[in-house]
Amino acid sequence: MNLSQARERYVRTGGVDLCVAELGDADRPTVVLVHGYPDSKEVWTEVAARLAEQWHVVLYDVRGHGRSTAPKPLRGGFTLEKLTDDFLAVIDAVSPDRPVHVVGHDWGSVQSWEFVTVGRTEGRIASFTSMSGPSLDHFGHWIKQRMIRPTPRRVGQLLGQGAKSWYVYMLHTPALPELAWRGPLGKRWPRILERLEKVPAGDYPTASLPDDAAHGAWLYRDNVRARLSRPRADAYAHAPVQLITPTGDSFLSERLYDDLESWVPTLVRRSLPAKHWVPRTRPDQLTTWIHEFVEANESVGGDGAPRQPAPQGPYAQHFGGRLVLVTGAASGIGRATAFAFAEAGARIVAVDRDAEGAARTAEMARLIGSPAAWGEAVDVGDEAAMEKLAALVAAEYGIVDVLVNNAGIGLSGSFLETTSEEWKKVLDVNLWGVIHGCRFFGKQMADRGQGGHIVNTASAAAFQPSRALPAYSTSKAAVLMLSECLRAELAEKSIGVSAICPGIVNTNITRTTRFTGVDEAEQDRLRKRTSKLYGRRNYPPEKVADAILRAVVRNQAVVPVTPEARGARLLSRLSPGALRSVARLKPPL
Amino acid sequence: MTGMASAVQQDTPELRGFREVQRLAYACAEAVAGRLRPGVTEREAARMQRVWLRERGVRDWFHLPFAWFGDRTAFAGFKVPLQFFPTDRKLEPGMPFILDMAPVHKGFTADIGYAGCLGPNPLHDKLLADLEAHRELILREVRERRSLREIYEDVEHLMTSQGYANRHRAYPFGVIAHKIDRVSERRWSPHVFGFGTQSLKGLISDAVHGHRDGWSPLWSPYHFSDHPPQPGLWAVEPHLGFRGTGAKFEEILVVTDSKDPEQSAFWLDDDLPHVRRWNQEKVAA
Repeated sequence: MNLSQARERYVRTGGVDLCVAELGDADRPTVVLVHGYPDSKEVWTEVAARLAEQWHVVLYDVRGHGRSTAPKPLRGGFTLEKLTDDFLAVIDAVSPDRPVHVVGHDWGSVQSWEFVTVGRTEGRIASFTSMSGPSLDHFGHWIKQRMIRPTPRRVGQLLGQGAKSWYVYMLHTPALPELAWRGPLGKRWPRILERLEKVPAGDYPTASLPDDAAHGAWLYRDNVRARLSRPRADAYAHAPVQLITPTGDSFLSERLYDDLESWVPTLVRRSLPAKHWVPRTRPDQLTTWIHEFVEANESVGGDGAPRQPAPQGPYAQHFGGRLVLVTGAASGIGRATAFAFAEAGARIVAVDRDAEGAARTAEMARLIGSPAAWGEAVDVGDEAAMEKLAALVAAEYGIVDVLVNNAGIGLSGSFLETTSEEWKKVLDVNLWGVIHGCRFFGKQMADRGQGGHIVNTASAAAFQPSRALPAYSTSKAAVLMLSECLRAELAEKSIGVSAICPGIVNTNITRTTRFTGVDEAEQDRLRKRTSKLYGRRNYPPEKVADAILRAVVRNQAVVPVTPEARGARLLSRLSPGALRSVARLKPPL
Repeated sequence: MTGMASAVQQDTPELRGFREVQRLAYACAEAVAGRLRPGVTEREAARMQRVWLRERGVRDWFHLPFAWFGDRTAFAGFKVPLQFFPTDRKLEPGMPFILDMAPVHKGFTADIGYAGCLGPNPLHDKLLADLEAHRELILREVRERRSLREIYEDVEHLMTSQGYANRHRAYPFGVIAHKIDRVSERRWSPHVFGFGTQSLKGLISDAVHGHRDGWSPLWSPYHFSDHPPQPGLWAVEPHLGFRGTGAKFEEILVVTDSKDPEQSAFWLDDDLPHVRRWNQEKVAA
């Protein structure tokens, strides 16, 4: 996909000609995408094409970049004041009577911060989505605060960001950056992006890169020192701001935005496990967030419909608007997990054999903050059904961002008394269910190439052998190993894989656990007895759900949850012999 | 007095007395709920109930009025009984609340729970609507003379399948219901820890008698509730909790020793706010 279908024109302002491209229906609200350094508007190709289905999308090459002309002389031609003139000229041309929604990446975001905080653009901007580019004024204050009152933590933050800003000092040296960009660096840059940032090849970067980068050096020279030493004191945003922070950004630390609330009255935070060039590497996610934010700020004062309150809580910025699929979601850990994601504002697909329970989970999820939730009835052990589900989900709701393979059944009893039928049943659900989930949904994630996360619910039984749970433990140990192998494989695709090992949690797994080699009455008694024991332990599934969300945010590999699970995990590494002795004990049933 | 055992008719003077005080209590709840505004604290809401009922002749209590706001309706983090008492938590728009009071009036006791919300809250609506199934389930299984513990487990199971947590687990002894009886009126009726001494005396004497005969005036998940429903009046209070939102009702269930299932158990009154609400929803649908 490229920008060739775009309607292109030139806007003349302040001695330069700006190349402006438009996509989508010009009667719809306008979204202006501003590119960074050393880029041209083509950095937005993927995002622009997706947004154009809904909005009037406008992109322009910043002066001196792409097909816009450069100011003469270069020195002093790139000040934020002049960039604001350019922006106003563009929006006057493309959307004269309606405020626009601005989206900026990198230097595009730095300039957009200027647009959204100066008086002369007031009323012309309806919303601003910022990624990987702070306001130089805010940054200046951030540095000052840390210099005036240095605590060890604040000094650490200063040094950390100082190290990440190495390229800023480089760009201040005269002539050298230009030589490098026009020489070897310009040639190698696409390969560097592909290797370090995993930016997929495409129409970006364009052939004009060496010139863009050489001109753009003046963005830094004209502004950085001046603004950081004398930041404006009135840099308050006059439009709502959505801040998207890539957590793996090599150039900007997340701490930069700590004080942002004091500058922005309406702030929505999002964070994304990705590197710097998110417009290329995560176009789907950006489109969803931009779309949501634009829509929310368009409806204000429009039809008067109340906006759904933004989800609160520690995980809202990670999972808001993302698509999460949970299996075994009709009860227990699965249901609690679906609710926890819903509370963070994620869209939920609740999958379970129990159609009514899955629908119920979806319904409740919507009530607590999920913008959309669906229940699907599928037996995870059924390969064909899972394949069909994956196709359906991809077609109807999109590619899953977080997959939680949680469905599982219990089976207890001695190895010799476990029939092959029973073995098959446990492995079908506990192991094959996970395999099917990882294969079908994991493949979709990997093919999309925009990251994601897979969580597999194993068990403390995965590393704690026991004479009472041979089949169950075997299935869970397999899930643990499967997860670790898959984690290794998917790391290069930025897809994390976590295995969760809960331990004894108060869910209804005990009510449906099969006990081998006993009659129905004894079966019933054992179920009641274990349910009671688990009830007395009373570890709530909500805590496991919390551990799952944390595991996704931190990309943890293996997460034992309850104290007994953590203890067993520790022993399995320090003294496996002790665990083997425990395994011989008959459970007190 | 334990004379309820043989009272079969639904409109004996005895039952009328209980029905009247239950209606009075619900009227109080509705009046106070109507006067709740943002910024009102739990203490103030509890006082409003006390004052309203005192003005109408209530002198003694089974327990003093409670008020819970916000996530306290779901008993989030309740560990010790002192946390039941009203606090300085302020009501905010959209916040759920529960009023719970047990006045004694002319020697009759009621114990009621009223769940409401300050402004629209779809989640709270859902919880309230889902309580209806519990009212039906409890009545049906009491008529079937299942053991109280079994019914308790079934209620809990229904809550779990609805996706909720059973919040009456947090009550003293985890009770879902307790017996209620006539209280002799004394000029001086002190209360300890919010409970009227006269009513406690009745409950304790029931417990002593019951212990001898193998039943308990507390309807709990424990083995002492492993017996069929005992004839008498039970204040039943299923309490749903869901992530910081809670809802319950509490009303009197009459259990008799009649052989006729219809007569063996019935709700004392079907004209109560939550029942009216369900009926209206059905009409609207």
